[in-house]
Amino acid sequence: MTDQVMATEALGDLPVEDKIGMRIKPFTMNFGPQHPAAHGVLRLVMEMDGEIVDRCDPHIGLLHRGTEKLIEYKTYIQAVPYFDRLDYVSPMCEEHAFALAVESLLKITPPPRAQYIRVLFSELTRVINHLLNVTTFALDLGATTPPMWGFEERERGMEFYERVSGARMHANYFRPGGVHADMPAGLAEDIYSWIDHLPSVIDDLEELLSENRIFKQRTVDVGNVSRADALAWGFTGPMLRASGVAWDLRKSQPYDVYDQMEFDIPVGLTGDCYARYLVRVEEMRQSIRIMRQCLDKMPDGPIKVDDRKIAPPPRAEMKRNMESLIHHFKLYTEGYHVPAGETYSAVETPKGEFGVYLVADGTNKPYRCHIHPAGFAHLQAMDFMAKGYMLADAVAIIGSLDIVFGEIDR
Amino acid sequence: MPTATPTFEAKPELIEAVKIALGADVVSSTVEHGQLIVTVPAAKIVTALTALRDASNLMFEQLLYVCGVDYPDRPQRFEVVYALLSVSLNLRLRVKVLTDEDTPVPSVVGVYPSANWFERETWDMYGVFFADHPDLRRILTDYGFDGHPMRKDFPLTGYVELRYDPDQRRVVYEPVKLTQDFRTFDFASPWEAITDIQLPGDEKAVKPPYWEKPV
Repeated sequence: MTDQVMATEALGDLPVEDKIGMRIKPFTMNFGPQHPAAHGVLRLVMEMDGEIVDRCDPHIGLLHRGTEKLIEYKTYIQAVPYFDRLDYVSPMCEEHAFALAVESLLKITPPPRAQYIRVLFSELTRVINHLLNVTTFALDLGATTPPMWGFEERERGMEFYERVSGARMHANYFRPGGVHADMPAGLAEDIYSWIDHLPSVIDDLEELLSENRIFKQRTVDVGNVSRADALAWGFTGPMLRASGVAWDLRKSQPYDVYDQMEFDIPVGLTGDCYARYLVRVEEMRQSIRIMRQCLDKMPDGPIKVDDRKIAPPPRAEMKRNMESLIHHFKLYTEGYHVPAGETYSAVETPKGEFGVYLVADGTNKPYRCHIHPAGFAHLQAMDFMAKGYMLADAVAIIGSLDIVFGEIDR
Repeated sequence: MPTATPTFEAKPELIEAVKIALGADVVSSTVEHGQLIVTVPAAKIVTALTALRDASNLMFEQLLYVCGVDYPDRPQRFEVVYALLSVSLNLRLRVKVLTDEDTPVPSVVGVYPSANWFERETWDMYGVFFADHPDLRRILTDYGFDGHPMRKDFPLTGYVELRYDPDQRRVVYEPVKLTQDFRTFDFASPWEAITDIQLPGDEKAVKPPYWEKPV
């Protein structure tokens, strides 16, 4: 036995396999596209050296639906629902970016109440997105209880979606010029009681995970990204903040009424999977803070711009007023014409910076609508993040990226 | 009154600093909706982005996206747009280069590693060739896809459709058959205020478009 150990030491830094007298040929492995830990239709072609990931080549595009091309053939109002279908885990935040882009081209500002509603629902979206990500991340690592607990609250959050827009997920609620409809009576109170109860749910999740020995063994010091790497690879959102960069569009380039909100930006120290988990958990708590302020400060008033050439008239008025009927008809067939120009509007979605680069040519359809999803850059870095880690760590890294293929493949 | 749109107005200092960093490479620069857009020659894009990244008063550490825009009527039909973000100084900038189907644009993967997939996407969607790219494969379209779908002359429906053939027990590609014609509507209707077309007699009442309403 001792001789064997001595002999292997003499071989120096040869691969382990050589030391015990056999050589495992590096082999290529397909991970996905049908794999529960692939978070959708991710196909990873991995070159493995035994259990160690040597190279990792994500093949994406399996959910490519040509959203950008389709939007070029739709009016500005018809383009809004496509944004729900991009990141279908946080639909309203995506609409927000498009609404801001069109508003900036039209040079209109939605009324204050609409801005408060949009911030409220953006933060609600952040909570339900992080509830999904944090809990399924834990599921990837073998914990089955967190999704059971988290999804219950996520479903409550989506009930608020349903009450305000009529749809659980594909809301089509944020429109250029405001929001589609005012919040129904009683909704604010119910959201209030929900966010009173939510911190205890987050505490429960943290009790399950944050100091859990298995969870920490699987996440701490796995998938480390340094500050410089995170910047160079175009990381945004929690991925960037976990690597120690204090950057959040809600603070640095505030849109809507974020500049009137009081909240903190959690920043990670280590840049590993565990730091990303902690950042997301703290972001949920901060979102609750913002939601509470929104509900407290929300003024009364109109919820879309008072311009019938951009925002449709109220339903009741449409039934009795000929001019309103014409406005309604023209808006939903021809739509409004947007003056020629180009703009880039970005919002801080739960996954990072989601931006819309919109080129208008003066007609009723966008000339070009480039969508910048946060997850695209994060998944691209998969190769350098997973290199040298075990196959099981690759699953942990994918879970911590918070990728959704609707937005990556577009 | 709170403002809805982000307030990253391009300040004169930014414009000045960008012009100093790029020197004679600036073909044109405009500020649109508060956002600075700089056009540089395609051959100079690597040095331009390096200068913008390394200038101490700009520090554009991040390349957020690269995308193409297609203008088929122009001699150089493609615009390639590089969006830069400075996290340290809270600045944004868009750099544009012009190119056509045949002229390659130098790849900026050496400056920003994130450009790798962004350039692959632009190649896939528009057929803009990036010289010296380490791995210029298609990224979003199908394996073996033909054509560049985001070009304006590529039809919305595409050329082929696929279905699973139970007899051959595999997916087969067939030419697109539309069960109804593709519907495009002409919206040049004479309804005033939304469509700005001039009917006989309209020239007597010249009025600004609705978005230039006095506030």
